[in-house]
Amino acid sequence: MFEMVAFYLFSVLTIGLFLVTVMSSNVLYAMTSLAAGMVLISGFFFILGADFLGVVQLVAYVGAIMALYSFAMMFFDATRDIKEKNTNPALVFLLGGLSAVVLVLMFAAPIHSDAIQALYPMHEGVGNAQDVGIVLFTKYLVPFEVAALMLLVAMIAGIILAGKKMDQSLTEDLSADDEILIQKDEK
Amino acid sequence: MIGLSHYLIVSALIFSIGLVGVLRRRNLLMLFFATEVMLNAVNIAFAAISHYYNDLTGQMFAFFIIAIAASEVAVGLGLLIVLYKKYGTLDLDDLASMKG
Repeated sequence: MFEMVAFYLFSVLTIGLFLVTVMSSNVLYAMTSLAAGMVLISGFFFILGADFLGVVQLVAYVGAIMALYSFAMMFFDATRDIKEKNTNPALVFLLGGLSAVVLVLMFAAPIHSDAIQALYPMHEGVGNAQDVGIVLFTKYLVPFEVAALMLLVAMIAGIILAGKKMDQSLTEDLSADDEILIQKDEK
Repeated sequence: MIGLSHYLIVSALIFSIGLVGVLRRRNLLMLFFATEVMLNAVNIAFAAISHYYNDLTGQMFAFFIIAIAASEVAVGLGLLIVLYKKYGTLDLDDLASMKG
């Protein structure tokens, strides 16, 4: 009963928030609703008993990735609404709706699950973090190390790409600076 | 009672929302948001399958997806900042230099 209430609450809220992310023309609204949706998705993970995954979702997605986005937002003009030229919105919604229908039909179909066996089964009475740690550091050690190396390479790439010419102003026409000066003069 | 299909259907709906976003967005930053939505949808499906088949492999894949998303964002935002410095806009129609 509790699980059902939590599931439906999280699903409705997540879908609504992600719709705001996709439809909004304001970057700040899109980013905050995306962050809130990710927090609620970690709620799904906690319901499903994947505690460690839920914590990683909170720390890595909401903590690190959204912080990166909000730092990047300082480089762009976030207050102005984004004008997007949609050439054929009806086609987009038709394609999106069709893919949604196809995916839902595929997933709602009965699964012949007798042949599926657990490769790395979970253990009773052992915490999820412990279980995950044992599998991650034995069976998935090489992918784990490769992922660590990939994150290092990505960090260096991010620093080099974003760090060039940090001392120069991004807005070439200095219109933003002028606006600030005008506001100061008015005060 | 909530079964595997419920989670998979929610995941499919969220994935389709992300797909609509990828199709209709013209701003590169908003396009990134839509891809994040799609990655999160797939993570839900992995965690649900992992729970209902009592198998840890799904959670492992979700961890690696999170790691890949993190590095994608780091490199992608660096590229976005370079593009914005060079062209002053993130609109795909303005950035398109090949006429086809």
